[in-house]
Amino acid sequence: MFDKDRWQEIFIAIKQNKLRSALTAFGVFWGILMLVVMSGSSNGLVNGITHGMRSFATNSAFIWTDVTNKPYKGFQQGRRWNFTNEDVEMIKEQIPEIDVVAPRLRGWRSSSGHNVHRGTNSGTFNINGDYPEYNRIDPSEMIYGRFINQIDINNRRKVCIIGERVYEVLFDEGENPIGEYIKAGGLYYQVIGVFKPTNPNIQMDGNKSENIYIPFSTMQRVYNYGNTVHYMGITVKDGYDVGDVTERVMSLIKRNNFIAPDDDAMGHVNVQELVRSMNYMFIGISVLIWIVGIGTLIAGAVGISNIMLVVVRERTKEIGIQRAIGARPRTIVSQILTESVFLTTIAGFLGLAFGTLVIHFADLFITHINSQRPPDEFIFIRDPQVGLGIALAALVMLVVTGLIAGFIPARKAVRVKPIDAIRHE
Amino acid sequence: MKNSIIKIESLHKSYFSGENSLHVLKGLNLEIKEGEMVSIMGSSGSGKSTLLNILGILDSYDKGSYYLDGMFIDDMSETKAAKYRNRYIGFVFQSFNLISFKNAMENVALPLYYQNVNRKKRNEIALQYLDKLGLKDWAHHLPSELSGGQKQRIAIARSLISQPRVILADEPTGALDSKTSNEVMEILKEVNKTGITVIIVTHEEEISSKTNRIIRLRDGVIESDKVNSKILSYV
Repeated sequence: MFDKDRWQEIFIAIKQNKLRSALTAFGVFWGILMLVVMSGSSNGLVNGITHGMRSFATNSAFIWTDVTNKPYKGFQQGRRWNFTNEDVEMIKEQIPEIDVVAPRLRGWRSSSGHNVHRGTNSGTFNINGDYPEYNRIDPSEMIYGRFINQIDINNRRKVCIIGERVYEVLFDEGENPIGEYIKAGGLYYQVIGVFKPTNPNIQMDGNKSENIYIPFSTMQRVYNYGNTVHYMGITVKDGYDVGDVTERVMSLIKRNNFIAPDDDAMGHVNVQELVRSMNYMFIGISVLIWIVGIGTLIAGAVGISNIMLVVVRERTKEIGIQRAIGARPRTIVSQILTESVFLTTIAGFLGLAFGTLVIHFADLFITHINSQRPPDEFIFIRDPQVGLGIALAALVMLVVTGLIAGFIPARKAVRVKPIDAIRHE
Repeated sequence: MKNSIIKIESLHKSYFSGENSLHVLKGLNLEIKEGEMVSIMGSSGSGKSTLLNILGILDSYDKGSYYLDGMFIDDMSETKAAKYRNRYIGFVFQSFNLISFKNAMENVALPLYYQNVNRKKRNEIALQYLDKLGLKDWAHHLPSELSGGQKQRIAIARSLISQPRVILADEPTGALDSKTSNEVMEILKEVNKTGITVIIVTHEEEISSKTNRIIRLRDGVIESDKVNSKILSYV
């Protein structure tokens, strides 16, 4: 295998036809380059999107109310209705598969003018009423202080936690906001924490960093919501299907609110389902990439095969001589296959190296761009990279490609009768 | 009585091209004993090269039988044929047929490469053979840097390195001037003296006259098969 005579022939063949070899190798180079760059970019896409929802509970769903479509038990169709605290308590009691329920109140956001003030600073932000459970569905990172806790709920404390962006508007840079008061929606709240969303790719009521969360019970009381719940998030215990549990929750609520069992009257989003279909999309993308990459590589392999046919033809006489003095067909075949695999592997390695370089620079560029953007915006692409898996797969593919490309020429070389080969001019 | 190294019985060979067939060898019978030095003569188209190719297992035959050193040679696999060629037969061609990008030593060593002898050892042996043929100083020259006579001597060294039983030479002096032709014939005679059977295809009387036995082919049959009386007187 590593006998010098074997390699001598290969180098001579390549050297004698530098341009031809280079052009042929370019096909394979390009194929691998495409494969590497595309799969690196797709990794970047997957990384970007999944990073932007990295800690969101995937076993969760959100449910909200909608107008009724059917008259039922004396109620007319087109009724507007809301969830209530009783609904929440009931599903907690009756559906043990539920892990966490996080009822929410969606505060208003006056379209005219600023609704949040601190001293001379002011801005327009959403105000939401929340339970501590919400942080288990869509966790936030606390930059200052803590999240809302059960004592805040029980005592209906007038405290709030504010998004990163809210902090930037209302406070000076580096200023400790804990214990300070802000005026939101006409009332003063003491700031107990500043949060930074970790899942900017799933937006709830706009950009979460521009939200203010106050205890749910406080919001019901001070803004006169009674026992209204606007919408709720749930998570499901391990081993249960989010879709099934959500259906049960909804039918239970319908029964409790005089809504026809076959009336929709509610909207919901199943995060588990979303993640699943997103994963299918990722699989689809990578299948597409492999199809295109392998297709390009096959085009390259055809080029290699073609050139090997020419090489074999040019060397017919030489091969004939070698066979006359005792070269077995196996020796000739392995010689041609080695040459073909060598050419593809070298070309492919260059493609791999160049592709990795391209992805590396793309990474530097994207990191730079991302660092310039305001935080918590939707992230599309992040950390494009060429994995070891891709590199190894590419290597295996190159060897296989080389073998296939060399196979037909090699067979042709040993099919000729040695005597005809020697006479060939 | 010496063993026969080559024995053919009613050997037929035709070439087909499209609808036409050309009956080249028409039932040859021939026996060559070990250690003989034979020349096969005939005008072009007489079938002498075809016969040599069949003897060298480079070509197949249609009918009859061919025994090489007692082994029946038929339409065997190319792998087996290559092995027999490598072990039993050495080829010397009119156009030398050296590999252009290998130097003299590597060319000579090539048959041993196919026997998987390692590079160091086979080059060592190749140098010994080059030395015997007075070409040691040219060992690292490429064929293009050598004269015709030198190239043919390298080809002979290459044919000898696998220690074959038979040397088949197809017009070995056809591309050489008369002085180098004589030198090459002297070498082949030396080779013959070591016990190797030498079979030379030629159309030159001057060459055949230096062999012990002259077989004349004409239109695919043996016209005459005579012991060369002239040369016997020298022995």
